[in-house]
Amino acid sequence: MNTGIDVVRIARFGALYIAAARFRSMFKWRTVIAAVDIGNPLFYLIAIGIGIGVLVENNSGTSGTSGIKYIAFIAPALLASSAITGVMDECVFPVIEGFKWRKLFYAQNATPITGKQIAIGVYLAALSRAVFSVVIYYLLLLTFNVVDFGISILIVPIAIMAGGSFGAVMLYFAAKVEKEDYFFNIIGRLIVMPMFLFSGTFFPLSSMPIYLQPIGWISPLWHATELGREAAFEYGLSPLVITTHLLFLTAVTVVGLILSIGQFERRLAK
Amino acid sequence: MSTAIEIAQSRSSSAMYAGRPQVLLERSWLAFRSTTWVPIFTGFIEPVLFLLAFGYGMGNLVGNISVGSASIDYTMFIAPGLLATSAMNGAVYDSTWNVFFKLNESKLYKTMLSTPLGPMDIALGEITWALLRGLVYSIGFLTVVSVFGLTPSVWAVLAIPAASLVAFGFASFGMAITSFFKTYQQMGFVTFVLLPMNLFSGSLYPISVYPDWLEKIIMALPLWHGIELVRAFWFGNINSGILVHIFYFLIMIAVGLFVTSHRLRALFLR
Amino acid sequence: MSNPLICVRGLTKKFGDLTAVDGVNFEVAEGESFGLLGPNGAGKSTIMCILAATSTRTSGTVEILDKDPEKFGPLVRAHLGVVPQQDNLDGELTVSENLFIYGRYFGLSKKFINNKIEELLEFAQLQEKRDVKVEALSGGMKRRLTIARGLVSEPDILLLDEPTTGLDPQARHILWDRLFRLKEQGVTLVLTTHFMDEAEQLCDRLVVMDKGAIMAQGSPAGLIKEYSSKEVLEVRFGSERNADVALVLRNICERMEVLPDRILMYADDGEKLLEEITVLKLHPTTSLVRRSSLEDVFLRLTGRTLIE
Ligand SMILES: Nc1ncnc2c1ncn2[C@@H]1O[C@H](COP(=O)(O)OP(=O)(O)O)[C@@H](O)[C@H]1O
Ligand SMILES: [Mg+2]
Repeated sequence: MNTGIDVVRIARFGALYIAAARFRSMFKWRTVIAAVDIGNPLFYLIAIGIGIGVLVENNSGTSGTSGIKYIAFIAPALLASSAITGVMDECVFPVIEGFKWRKLFYAQNATPITGKQIAIGVYLAALSRAVFSVVIYYLLLLTFNVVDFGISILIVPIAIMAGGSFGAVMLYFAAKVEKEDYFFNIIGRLIVMPMFLFSGTFFPLSSMPIYLQPIGWISPLWHATELGREAAFEYGLSPLVITTHLLFLTAVTVVGLILSIGQFERRLAK
Repeated sequence: MSTAIEIAQSRSSSAMYAGRPQVLLERSWLAFRSTTWVPIFTGFIEPVLFLLAFGYGMGNLVGNISVGSASIDYTMFIAPGLLATSAMNGAVYDSTWNVFFKLNESKLYKTMLSTPLGPMDIALGEITWALLRGLVYSIGFLTVVSVFGLTPSVWAVLAIPAASLVAFGFASFGMAITSFFKTYQQMGFVTFVLLPMNLFSGSLYPISVYPDWLEKIIMALPLWHGIELVRAFWFGNINSGILVHIFYFLIMIAVGLFVTSHRLRALFLR
Repeated sequence: MSNPLICVRGLTKKFGDLTAVDGVNFEVAEGESFGLLGPNGAGKSTIMCILAATSTRTSGTVEILDKDPEKFGPLVRAHLGVVPQQDNLDGELTVSENLFIYGRYFGLSKKFINNKIEELLEFAQLQEKRDVKVEALSGGMKRRLTIARGLVSEPDILLLDEPTTGLDPQARHILWDRLFRLKEQGVTLVLTTHFMDEAEQLCDRLVVMDKGAIMAQGSPAGLIKEYSSKEVLEVRFGSERNADVALVLRNICERMEVLPDRILMYADDGEKLLEEITVLKLHPTTSLVRRSSLEDVFLRLTGRTLIE
């Protein structure tokens, strides 16, 4: 009987143990992480939000942005984008390191910890990075009066969901990488950058030609951006659309995690 | 005495310079031949994506921009800015991360300095390579832009040498700075400094939207000079003002080469 | 008599408070194979870097081909082949590309190098690997390639820093064979090692170094003759008994070294000495009679073994 309970315990703590180990190593980089996760979106917010904001106001006022001030219009998108890149970093580097560079995962797997627990542990730690930076970023938005306190606080969990869904998928791809030569290059410039630019981040997706809009439809960033705008302002999404966005993010997360766990187990067993 | 040595001796050489920077290009070409086109392609695609996203999406929101007395289409306005920015990014990437690797990981420069090559050969050779890659990006970008019909006149071709000068300046300066760095954290700092410069230097909007003091700071930064220089050639606004920009980059090149070669000497010949 | 190719006088190198090389003198003549033998940290690599004109000295004079490497760095380097302690092949290039581009660094013509490459690939026994990236080579192959690379410019002097350290015995023997060929061809070799067998095999003349200073110099045979006996008897009595037995043995042997695991007894006739021990009814668990080596010379000079 006792042994049964022990297995459950190990199963539970295994993932947390891995997460804690990852968390400790992230903590060493906290200044860099804070600078990147908060600095980057802040630079975009100030540069583009103010710079292009002036141009937009002089030209079309707020008619192109659903009556929202331009800087406020892009704020939820930048928040989600920061969560996405933060979670992605923590789902990619540690995994390639764990499987390839330092082969740490194999050592961990030699203990009773399973591949599934390693995958989930790494993922949880990655999410914690998003929580940390998104909360701080939200406080900054409040301070600068970009959004008003209230229901807008929902943009925090929405951004984390965006990071979580993209991160789950990247976790899978990182676990598949055997040769990393151009992996970062391709991910960075052919996936993350187009996603960042074509997800309605800086302008409504509908203002793009129709053949470029599908990039947004499959991008967690666009779904989170739409939800975020709904939470932060009167954006006018119907409950059905809201549900669709939420379902999309959840589905991507679940599928990504299932694939990742399978891939972790297969690779560790090899 | 052997033929080999006679040949080697027939070249005059000082402690700093053997007069053979082109062998660095040969080496880069050999190494490059066996790599794929992935990094080149992704480097080229980035400004094109920006052009598409901001041109299509933002154009509607922003309308026309006035440059001097003319009022021009927004997409037309950002094209030369993106050209200058991509020249900078390409040159900086080659002269920072690549150089960091050869300084600290593969110790390639150390090996080179155990042959008759001098530090100046290395500095000139590596910087020229970065410049050539920047040139390929620029030509690619100009071609795409021309296909979209965004070039105001054939004089836009002159923007290519202008972009090369920008790349040269950033490459030599980037290499000089990299020669002081020892850890990856310090390298991350480069990326972090580049982002605000990228965003604030007026590639996406005229810096006149900013308060006076901020405008002054931006005008002291090299990328602003680069963008203004490329834009001047792009639109054929050639006047004595561009001499300032050219002078700025000549200084950057001179300082960069001087510092780099002396640092290499201090690092590996002591 | 022609001038020596290398002439080092009172060479000293300090790293802060640490004196890595302390007043070293030696000369190397043309065609000679000269060795620096000493344990890790003796200062061998430091000397090699100074000879290679990639490091400056604190004091003393160095002349290579009648030139001061510090003043005429590129000129001196043009005449040297350098094989550093750590292989520093170009990981982004193939085997033949490594040879090619290295020759280009020396300003050699493409035609000259392309002819030379065939010869060098054969020398390094890497013909089959010519188009392979160097990362895929074994340690021994990399080492051979590094040596071949050093020869591309037909140097007057080849500097080899620990050419076989880290290689397995088979790879070492292949390498020794290659170096022996160079020696036969009359290439001037300067090599460092902490293996006494390597020094004995490859060096016409060597200096024994410890803590930055030269303890002795001469030919391997000469050094052995001067600092050791003809033969050595190695006996073991088990680690507890060694010290006690040693007290007794002192009576029958003039010079001996008591090491933690064994006792070395120096004599002209080792078998005879072993008989005397048997007569004393001291039964060693193992015994071995061998010729004296440079290891014994080093032990004599410093009281320590080369590899600790
Ligand atoms: N760049 C350096 N900075 C400081 N100390 C050094 C440096 N290079 C070597 N040393 C020290 O000098 C001594 C001699 O080193 P080295 O010449 O590498 O010895 P060997 O090659 O005989 O093993 C060692 O104590 C080493 O730690
Ligand atoms: Mg050494």
